[in-house]
Amino acid sequence: MTLWTKLRPYGMVAPAIIVFSLFFIYPIFYMIYLSMFDWNFVSPTKTFVGLQNFRDLLAEEDFRKVLSNTTIYTVLTVTLTTGLALLLALWLNKKSLFHGFVQGAIFSPHIISLVSISLLWSWLMDPEYGLLNWVIGLAGFDKLQWLSHPSTALVSLVMVAVWKGLGYNALVFIAGLQSIPADIYEAASLDRSKPWTTFTKLILPMLSPTIFFLVIINMIGSFQVFETIAIMTQGGPINSTNTLVYYIYEYGFRFFKIGYASAAGVILLVIVGILTIIYFKLLSNRVHYR
Amino acid sequence: MLKAVNDTIGGTPIGTAAESDRVFVRSRQQALRRALRAVLQVVNYAGLLVLVLVFAMPFAWMLSTSLKTLPETMIFPPEWIPSNPVWQNFADAWNTGPFLSYFVNSVVIAVGILVLQMLTIIPASYAFARYKFKGSGFLFGIVMVTLMIPGQLIFLPVYLELSAFKLLNTHLGLILPFASSAFGIFLLRQAFMQISDELLEAARLDQAAEWKIILQIMVPMVKPVLVTFALFSFIAHWNDYFWPLVMTTNETARTLPLGIAKIREVEGVATWNTLMAGNLILVAPILLVFFLSQRQIIKAFVYNGVK
Repeated sequence: MTLWTKLRPYGMVAPAIIVFSLFFIYPIFYMIYLSMFDWNFVSPTKTFVGLQNFRDLLAEEDFRKVLSNTTIYTVLTVTLTTGLALLLALWLNKKSLFHGFVQGAIFSPHIISLVSISLLWSWLMDPEYGLLNWVIGLAGFDKLQWLSHPSTALVSLVMVAVWKGLGYNALVFIAGLQSIPADIYEAASLDRSKPWTTFTKLILPMLSPTIFFLVIINMIGSFQVFETIAIMTQGGPINSTNTLVYYIYEYGFRFFKIGYASAAGVILLVIVGILTIIYFKLLSNRVHYR
Repeated sequence: MLKAVNDTIGGTPIGTAAESDRVFVRSRQQALRRALRAVLQVVNYAGLLVLVLVFAMPFAWMLSTSLKTLPETMIFPPEWIPSNPVWQNFADAWNTGPFLSYFVNSVVIAVGILVLQMLTIIPASYAFARYKFKGSGFLFGIVMVTLMIPGQLIFLPVYLELSAFKLLNTHLGLILPFASSAFGIFLLRQAFMQISDELLEAARLDQAAEWKIILQIMVPMVKPVLVTFALFSFIAHWNDYFWPLVMTTNETARTLPLGIAKIREVEGVATWNTLMAGNLILVAPILLVFFLSQRQIIKAFVYNGVK
C-alpha cells in the first residue's frame, strides 16, 4: 500500500469534515463558552460571569413563559400531527390515481416556504376579513380573534404547523405501512382477526419505529419553531407565542445580550440533545417488533 | 379496510331458520351489504374531497386574492374568480423592493450550495462506504452529530464567526455553512455500500485508475439518490428564511423569501392583494416543479423517514 492510497480516504472526507467542524462542531463549543460571559457584541471585553446567565434566565418570569409556550406548542403539535397523520395514512394507503392525487395535495404544504405559509395563514386568520372567520360564521359560530388574542394565538400557530406537517407525516406512515410484508396482513385476515385487533396487535407494533422517528423529528422541529412566529405574531400578543428560538433571536439581535442569548441556546441544545439520545436509545433497544 | 368492515357486518350468524328463510335472509343480507358498501364508498370519496379542499382552498384563496383590488378582498361572500383580474398586483409586489436582486441572490445561493454539496458529499460518502481507514468511526461520528444538530440552534455563534471572517451580507457567507450536508453523506453512503464488490473488482483488474472508477462507474450507479438529494437540497434552501434573515443586515445578499416577507412591513397597512401576489411569485415555481415531478419529490422527502 502506497502512502497515497493510505492518505486518500482522509483527503476525500476532509472538505466535508472541515465544513462541519467550522460551522457545527466549533460553534457548539463557542456557544457554551459565550454562555458564561456578559457581552454586548460591540464592547471589546467580555466579562466572565460563570453560571449567572443561567440563574438569571431561570429566575426570569418571561423566560419561564417562553419555556412553557414552547412546551405547550410542541406537545400539541406533535400529538396532533402524528396522531392525525396515522389516521390519514390508514385511510389513504391505496395505490390508485385518485389516492395519489390526494396524497400529493396533502403533501404540498411541506415543500412550500414557511414565509408563504405564514403570510397566507395570517390572511386567512385575519379577524376582520379572513376567510376562516367567514367560514365559521356560515356554520353559525362567533368570529374568533385567532392570532390577535393571547388565548387563541398559540393554538392558531399549532393549527398552521399541523396543516403544514400532516401530509409529510402521513406519507412517511404510508411508506411504513407499505414496508410491512403483505403475507402478514394475509395471515391476519385468514385468522379472521378483527380490524381493531389487527391494528393494535399487528400494525401498531410494526409501525413503532416510524412512530418514534416522526415523534422525535416533530419534537425537534417544534422546539425550534421560528418562522411562523417571526412573521405571524412576533411573540405576541403579550408574550403568548414567544418561544425559545425567537427569544434567543431577540436577545441576540435586538438587545445584544450575547451571553444571555447563548445561555438560552445552551438550554435548547440540552433539550434537543436529550431528545436525540432518547431516540437512539429506543432505536438501539429495538422496542419495536416485539 | 373497507372490505374488512363489511365482512364483520355481513358475518353475523343466521340462526336456525328454515332453508327457504335462510335463502331469503341471505339474499336480503347481500342486498344490504351491497347498499352499505355503496354508502361507505360515497362517504369515503366525499371525505377525500373535503380533505383535498382543506389543503387546496388556502392556495386557491391566495390566487384569488392576488387578482383582486384591495376593496374587493373585503367583500363577503367572496368572489372566488374576480371578474376583472388585477394583474397589476404582481408588478406592484415586484416593485416594493429590489426583487431582481432577491431573485438572483436566491438562485446563486441555492445553486452555489448545491454545487458545493455535490463536490463535498460524493467523495466523503464514497470514502466512508468503501475504504477502511483509521479514525473513520470518529470522523463519521462528526457527520452524525451534525446530522442531529439543527442549524437553528447555533445561529448565534455562526453569526459571530461569519462576522469575524467579514462574510456577513455576502453570498459566500450564506453558502459556506451549507457547503456540505450530513444528510447527503448519510444517504449517499448507504447507496455506495449497496453496490456489489464484483463490479469494482473487475474494474480494478483492468488497472483502471481509482478516480476513474469512482466517476465513471460508481457515481452513475447512485444517480437516482443524487437526484433525490439535489431536489431536497434545492427546495430547502430556496425556501429558507431563517439563515438569510439572521446572516444579513442589508439588501445585498437577501433572498426572495425575505423580500416577500418585507412587503408587509413596507406598506404599513396590510395590502393583502399585493402580498398574496408576491407570495404567488415565490410559491408558483415550487408548486409547478412539484406537479411535474411529484413522485420524485415525495420520495426525496419521505426517504429520510423510512431508512
